[in-house]
Amino acid sequence: MTDAELEQKVNELVAKRLAEIEIEKTLQEAQRPKRLALVASKGTLDMAYPPLILASTAVSLGWEVGVFFTFYGLDIINKNKLPKLQVAPIGNPAMPAPIPALPSFQVPNFVGVLPGMTPMATAMMKSWFDRANIPPLQDLIDVTREGGGHLYACTTTMGVMGVNESNLIEGVECRGAAAFLEFAAGATVALFI
Amino acid sequence: MSTDVTTQADLFLDSKNLLCPMPIIKLSQGIKKINVGQTILTETTDPGSLYDIQAWARQTGQELVKQEQDGRVFRFLIRRNK
Repeated sequence: MTDAELEQKVNELVAKRLAEIEIEKTLQEAQRPKRLALVASKGTLDMAYPPLILASTAVSLGWEVGVFFTFYGLDIINKNKLPKLQVAPIGNPAMPAPIPALPSFQVPNFVGVLPGMTPMATAMMKSWFDRANIPPLQDLIDVTREGGGHLYACTTTMGVMGVNESNLIEGVECRGAAAFLEFAAGATVALFI
Repeated sequence: MSTDVTTQADLFLDSKNLLCPMPIIKLSQGIKKINVGQTILTETTDPGSLYDIQAWARQTGQELVKQEQDGRVFRFLIRRNK
């Protein structure tokens, strides 16, 4: 075999092997489970649901899930605050009039500053959830945890807000931005809520 | 799908009057309770579940054998494939 023939043979074999490796990589990629990475940044009753509905659904689809609870979103996994999350009508023009007898009467938004309006709006929203058979937030957290989902508590928020690990619900992992980004880098879907 | 299919299914999940994500969570918990080759019959009323259950079957590799509508009730027969 001449040098030229040898080189041609080697090139052919290398090209063939490279094509095989490409196919193997594609197959591995296709078999890898999908991954959902969420940032939950809000601590109101209404905004606690979207990340937990998505997280519990994703584990039910067999996806890997990680939710990073940051700033007021940390309240969702704070065991003292979780049962007391509220929704405020002030500054929220989407909230309907709280007088059932007068459905067409649009209560001026500033009425929301009056004492008792936030608990009233919260009670109203909870009654909607009950009527629609929406499970409590704790149930969605349990489904996410049991499905192998990660609940990451933002350690910066813990420091800023003076929250200890003992204040958080069981199974929470305390992480910084770098650790979450490493997880999110492998995500199929990443959302900020 | 008639009543015999209901009785033939290995597991029945009633998700009527439940909204997203409950029909999917119940399916995902239910599928673990049956063996490969066995079936689940589930009934829902949330119009979103029509597409959600198809997506769940595709994502998890389970087989949606049959689906039908009976008034406001959607009925799905699912076979555990893996």
